[in-house]
Amino acid sequence: MSRTTVAVPSTSPARRTNLFGALPTTVFLVFALIPVIAVLGPKSYVLGLFTRVMIFAIAALALDFICGYGGLVSFGHAAFVGIGAYAVGILGAHGITEALVTLPVAFLVCALFAFLTGTVCLRTKSVYFIMITLAFGQMVYFIASSLAPYGGDDGLTIKLRSSLFGIQILRDDRALYYVALFSLLGAYLLCRAVVYSRFGRVFRGARENPVRVATMGFDLFRYQRIAYVFSGMIGGLSGFLLANAIGFVSPAYMSWQRSGELIIMILFGGLGTLHGAIIGAAAYILIEEVLGGLTEEWKLIFGPLLVIVVLFGRGGLLGLVGKVRSRFKNA
Amino acid sequence: MPEPVLRIDGLQKHFGGVIVTDDVTLDIARGELHAIIGPNGAGKTTLINQISGLIAPAAGTIKFTGVDVTYMPANQRAALGLARTFQITSVLPGFSTLENVALAVQARVGTSFRFFGRADREQFVNDAAIAALAEVGLADRGEVVAAHLSYGEKRGLELAMALAMRPKLLLLDEPMAGIGRKESESLIGVLRQLKGRFSMLLIEHDMNAVFALADRISVMTYGRILATGQPDTIRSNPQVVTAYLGEGLE
Repeated sequence: MSRTTVAVPSTSPARRTNLFGALPTTVFLVFALIPVIAVLGPKSYVLGLFTRVMIFAIAALALDFICGYGGLVSFGHAAFVGIGAYAVGILGAHGITEALVTLPVAFLVCALFAFLTGTVCLRTKSVYFIMITLAFGQMVYFIASSLAPYGGDDGLTIKLRSSLFGIQILRDDRALYYVALFSLLGAYLLCRAVVYSRFGRVFRGARENPVRVATMGFDLFRYQRIAYVFSGMIGGLSGFLLANAIGFVSPAYMSWQRSGELIIMILFGGLGTLHGAIIGAAAYILIEEVLGGLTEEWKLIFGPLLVIVVLFGRGGLLGLVGKVRSRFKNA
Repeated sequence: MPEPVLRIDGLQKHFGGVIVTDDVTLDIARGELHAIIGPNGAGKTTLINQISGLIAPAAGTIKFTGVDVTYMPANQRAALGLARTFQITSVLPGFSTLENVALAVQARVGTSFRFFGRADREQFVNDAAIAALAEVGLADRGEVVAAHLSYGEKRGLELAMALAMRPKLLLLDEPMAGIGRKESESLIGVLRQLKGRFSMLLIEHDMNAVFALADRISVMTYGRILATGQPDTIRSNPQVVTAYLGEGLE
């Protein structure tokens, strides 16, 4: 067999993403400019809307990390959002609004919940994994519903937004907006770094061919559990921000419908790209907002739209854009 | 006598009422290429699966480099230096060829619990991966997504992934299965290069390959080892000839 050693450049997941290399940058630039543009219109409405977009984008990012790269379809990810939100709500009810306390508590509880449930869930695969994450999600939902001192089914109002070093820095909507933006940017960069790291390579490999990766010497369970905890904590960050943005927490945040919406977001945007999750979340919430203004039955329109994008896009909106682009190039 | 790399003692396994591994006792010396031949359904792959840890035996022991690994999970055995290939091609289809091998390299060069720093820019990992690919003649195919490789190339990639682990024992489950004459000849060439550098257990139906390469051959039928010996002894063993070789070898 010939032994010609040709210098091979490094493997490049980067090369595959280069096509859209400018896209994440554009997305974040748009987010950064919204408050400036918003001055022209009904300011607080637009700011509030896009704050929500970015907060759900963080949750979608968390899901895309384990689902798009690890093949772990969690149908209970809204639980983490809810836990993060309740950390703010419950501590707030006791007069603790300091973010240096509430945020670490949100992270810690999410990590603990992810570690414990992950230990069980990750022993299962495919549809069983979906069902068992759903079950744990529902469990948290019902626990929250039964928290009578904290509003039970009705949830509880958050009187004061989180403070930092005792200063009410989030009181201004614009400040909250930028905190959400930097959180999203941070979460995005962190997820991206992990995806391309050694750890990420093993984690991605586990989706491709778990038996092969195990016979290389990797204990996949440990890798997947760490990824699950990581993803859960990012979900908690989203919940922390959501509670601050809406000023209210309720069990509805962690209903299975919410978990389903997160899955729809990442499918809609394009699985396993990270920025696809952000675009999917934005598209979902903006379409909901626009169509919801037109008709009560907006899901009747959104449903077929989703089917069309997933069917013809094969990579969500991103896939659709790529297809159209290549068609133009060939023409 | 030096400690063999692998020592299997009284291994037993059945699927329901069918005995697939029947009191198998076998050892592989350091640097030896030991081939197992036998008709389809003789239990060869089941044996490899038990050695690599994908299925658990019902009785008996497996010692690898002196360590009892009988009930050890597959990933821990691999970490000890036990590598394998699969009869049905098993690569990571969405990874590039180079990244497939780089992952195997990564398994032996320090911890993979590293969350920052791009893995694909670790030059020494890539270099080791390219070296393993060069062994099987795929050095210039590193950029290709594994799913797009030809069947023969995927077989080569499998081998490169196992080699990249620098294993103490290499389990090869029908590496020539389904590839053309020309490709299998070049693969025999590759295995001849590896012989002596690695201890190998080779399962193969290609008798030319087996008799050209093996130091010792074990013949398996119905889960039992019928005979073990050097190629010449096996070729002339009347029991073996009637059981298996009769039709294939002249």
